[in-house]
Amino acid sequence: MEKVRSHLMLCSGTGCVASGTAKIKTALDEELRKRGLSDEIKIVLTGCNGYCAEGPVMSVYPEEIFYQRLTVEEIPNLVEEHFLKGRPYQKLMFREPEKKAAIPAMKEIPFFKHQVLRVLRNKGLIDPEKIEEYIARDGYQAAAKALTEMTPADIIQTVKDSGLRGRGGAGFSTGLKWEFASRVPSEVKYMLCNGDEGDPGAFMDRSVMEADPHSVIEGMIIGAKAIGAHYGYIYVRAEYPLAVKRLRMAIDQATEAGLLGKDILGTGFDFELDIYLGAGAFVCGEETALMRSLEGKRGMPRPRPPFPAVKGLWDKPSVLNNVETLAQIAPVILNGAEWYRSLGTEKSTGTKVFALTGAVNNVGLVEVPMGIPLRTIIYDIGGGIRKGKKFKSVQLGGPSGGCIPEHLLDIPVTYEDIVATGAIVGSGGMVVMDDNTCMVGTAKFFLEFTADESCGKCTPCRVGTKILLDMLTDISEGKGKEGDIETLQDLSRDIITTSLCGLGQTAPNPVLSTIRYFKNEYEEHIHQKWCRAGVCRNLVTFQIDEKLCKACGACLRACPAKAIVGEKKVPHKIIQELCVHCRTCYDTCKFKSIMILPAGFEGDPQEFLEKNAVGAKEEK
Amino acid sequence: MPRLTVADLQKIKDKHKAEFALREGGYTVKIIVHMGTCGIAAGARNIMTAVMDEISKANRSDIIVSTSGCAGLCAKEPLATVELANQPPVRYSDLTDEKIREIFREHVIGGKPVEKYALVSGCESTY
Repeated sequence: MEKVRSHLMLCSGTGCVASGTAKIKTALDEELRKRGLSDEIKIVLTGCNGYCAEGPVMSVYPEEIFYQRLTVEEIPNLVEEHFLKGRPYQKLMFREPEKKAAIPAMKEIPFFKHQVLRVLRNKGLIDPEKIEEYIARDGYQAAAKALTEMTPADIIQTVKDSGLRGRGGAGFSTGLKWEFASRVPSEVKYMLCNGDEGDPGAFMDRSVMEADPHSVIEGMIIGAKAIGAHYGYIYVRAEYPLAVKRLRMAIDQATEAGLLGKDILGTGFDFELDIYLGAGAFVCGEETALMRSLEGKRGMPRPRPPFPAVKGLWDKPSVLNNVETLAQIAPVILNGAEWYRSLGTEKSTGTKVFALTGAVNNVGLVEVPMGIPLRTIIYDIGGGIRKGKKFKSVQLGGPSGGCIPEHLLDIPVTYEDIVATGAIVGSGGMVVMDDNTCMVGTAKFFLEFTADESCGKCTPCRVGTKILLDMLTDISEGKGKEGDIETLQDLSRDIITTSLCGLGQTAPNPVLSTIRYFKNEYEEHIHQKWCRAGVCRNLVTFQIDEKLCKACGACLRACPAKAIVGEKKVPHKIIQELCVHCRTCYDTCKFKSIMILPAGFEGDPQEFLEKNAVGAKEEK
Repeated sequence: MPRLTVADLQKIKDKHKAEFALREGGYTVKIIVHMGTCGIAAGARNIMTAVMDEISKANRSDIIVSTSGCAGLCAKEPLATVELANQPPVRYSDLTDEKIREIFREHVIGGKPVEKYALVSGCESTY
């Protein structure tokens, strides 16, 4: 084999593929060939690197230099400068949004610096389509250890001691779950993987399946040995074509290498694994509904008990673990429970992956030790709020979760602390919102989703979510009435207590948590006909503050309705009759001269804004 | 791929060690070939080829090669720097194919700097 002096780890996760990885690969190949560097420089296509906002991205080893926003036009310059002359190409390097100075090494980039990689241990380091690369990074060593040196009881004890909790959202002890299933005597048992990631804005599991499919398979082999299962399925949504392709490839490779199928590694243990494609119904993320769907029936939940550990898939004892949970298993077995507990807190051990999205500068996939404050994730890793705006709230747990306001940002990220705020850790979606986000609108967004995804089995969920949604729509259109807030709260509690599964039991959380922390906004919508974020079109009047207006003409040109008049050195004015309330002028103005006022506002705008300048208040 | 045994896993891991030394930083020798415009004009490309050839012949996984720009002393190009773990870097000048191969044998493999070709050791001071 020819000696290779440099590896170019080109991200081919879904995000970067969408932003043009294939073209970059072709251009790189071509340019390296032209310069005669093809033999000494190797391109490796990796899974998601996590820094999707700046894709396509590429890390160059051994220098550990991180390039972003690659374009075909820049490739010749990059190859000549860096790979031929050894001068890292400044133009494509990472720049901190606030500072604008090029920083080269990955370890120096705040986005990467605060992270600890366990689940994502191979992200950007291996080629997910080559089993050898996974094995070279300790892959299947844990499975070998579990199959040769450990009894099922040893495995369960280690996982229990590690404190690992289900990463799909509920946070139940993984070791206990395995123990329950191991105790039920049965010839046939099933080891299942839940890859039906459905929260809007969440992409943790997709990323793991794409970047490191063997880590999930290895976790399943160990789990199968622990509970005594010889068959398994990975339930993954059909909307994840790249994840499905890589999982298929990984299963084929592992089967060929004798790591799946009969007599694994010559130890006498059998485990057969297959993939089942889900049609993307949110409710199928719920374990009993998922198993129904796997059986080929309509995906609907059923009452528990009996729990799946006793009667699961085809009424056989079954364990269903989330993708991220399974990817944590191999390191736990290899390094032991104590090692795993060395990060995190007493009750929330280890690390958690979050999909950080919304109004932050660094959108992407991050893995942090549990117990880290939310503020560190948002401001250090996330790089703060985009466009210098003010933070308003962070949404955790997707449609089952809630919004956390500014004054609670220093709480540690643990299962218990997050639940106390009214949100949940959930599967790891983290959506950051700035002060131009309407909280009534946020609740409405999530209710639109759950009302649509409710399977319809329980009336309170099917009808209740629709009524919640209708009320929120009325409030956002200016048809809110006295007493609406109380009705929303009462109905929410009814839905929570009378629904069968997690979907209905958590669907009202976005309503309750926004009322808890942002009740003032609901009241303003209902009584003052005012949406302070300037989102609800019926509840807003835009006016220009003449003292701040620099008469630059930016808003005038941007207005799609031609509703702004003015000329050089003359402060501009909005003609209210023509204004369509789209907020374009507000977003365009660099001098903050556009004021957001209630519908049909009359009076002194400054006085009104000063009087109503309140932040988030927690309901006492 | 044939069916694997537990022992095979370790073998595959060892075989790929070289690849990952590059990505994880587990190397003990670093050879830098200075490839500024002056270096390339003076024949740095051939030096690089010779270095790559020697490494693959030596079958060592802990040696990495890197390029760098002009070292400032264009008159003495081609230049290369050899860094062994815990030793000051040594910079060699006026290199040829034969010289770099000798340096590789004596210094990189043998651990003894080749004084007759060496220009300086250590780094310039920076503020």
